[in-house]
Amino acid sequence: MSTPNAAEVNAAEVLEQEFLLIRAKILEVAAKLDRLDRAGGAAGSVQLRQIQAGLDILQESEANRAERVQLAFSLDYEDGWREKYLGKET
Amino acid sequence: MYYIDPHIHMVSRVTDDYENLARMGCVAVSEPAFWAGFDRGSVDGFRDYFRQLTQFEQKRAGWSNIQHWTWLCINAKEAEDVQLSRDVIAMIPEFLDQPGVLGIGEIGLNKNTRNEAIVFLEHLDLAAKTDELILIHTPHLEDKYKGTRMILDMLCDDQRLDHHRVLVDHVEEHTIGRVLEAGFWAGMTLYPTSKCTPERACDMVEMYGPERLMVNSAGDWGPSRPIAVPDFIMAMRKRGHAESLIRKIVYENPLEFFGQSRNFVFTPPEINEAAEA
Ligand SMILES: [Zn+2]
Repeated sequence: MSTPNAAEVNAAEVLEQEFLLIRAKILEVAAKLDRLDRAGGAAGSVQLRQIQAGLDILQESEANRAERVQLAFSLDYEDGWREKYLGKET
Repeated sequence: MYYIDPHIHMVSRVTDDYENLARMGCVAVSEPAFWAGFDRGSVDGFRDYFRQLTQFEQKRAGWSNIQHWTWLCINAKEAEDVQLSRDVIAMIPEFLDQPGVLGIGEIGLNKNTRNEAIVFLEHLDLAAKTDELILIHTPHLEDKYKGTRMILDMLCDDQRLDHHRVLVDHVEEHTIGRVLEAGFWAGMTLYPTSKCTPERACDMVEMYGPERLMVNSAGDWGPSRPIAVPDFIMAMRKRGHAESLIRKIVYENPLEFFGQSRNFVFTPPEINEAAEA
């Protein structure tokens, strides 16, 4: 079975279906950032830097935004972990 | 549509949940051993848990006409205690020939520690020696990417393992590609607060195709939704996907993967119905 591509739905239909949901989610993020500011803000925190990185990815035009947002909130993989943990060359 | 939930912790749910699953079309569940919300104090605590999973839970599922399979291990959270883990791993073979036991799981990493990795490798060794299927838990949130890559490293290092006999669960956008490319099966977990939503699961089906892909609720004692698989079915239908595609992911794929276990027995619902007629 090949990759089932969006069941032959065109971009206009997707936009129609998703527009209000996207709008609502952006609004929710905006309101939460306002709430954070009212509480004094979180300048310099790791979490705020991650949130900023996530928002930046949304502005980009390349694909795989969801994957890249996930990576922005992830710890890095360490190449030499086997040697460190298991005393084993890789 | 009939479906199978390939990852759900029914010992943490009430009998009403089985009834609701059955009403939604669930005909079978697979239940990996996991963390009970507290650390057990002894190997006998695990022995009793395995007795519950292999002897009682099938019966309780049967009251709602649901078939029940299970997986055995000491989970990653309790694996921090290496000596207890070794004692539990040594005891697991007592249960491997019980009806309904599909393999070793859900093993994996939680905080990606050294002890978790050691115990994970010892589980892999048991599975390789006893020729069992493997079901893998990948960590949550910020630990998922790093932990999934460590798990894939350990799986690929072991030449004895057939990748088609390993299911890597809780994949998301940043881990699914590597899991499928390496030839493993992948499970997407639909969870209300972390992990994946039905909509994003549909997106991943559209991006990666349905081969070696499953969807589960991972329903447990925490905030979770045992009927999450029907949510996925509805989301796929709303996008206009074919019933045959949906059925492959929620019914045929689990049967194909589990069918590789020597303990696998399944009576399709159509046959049950014919026998009753
Ligand atoms: Zn689980």
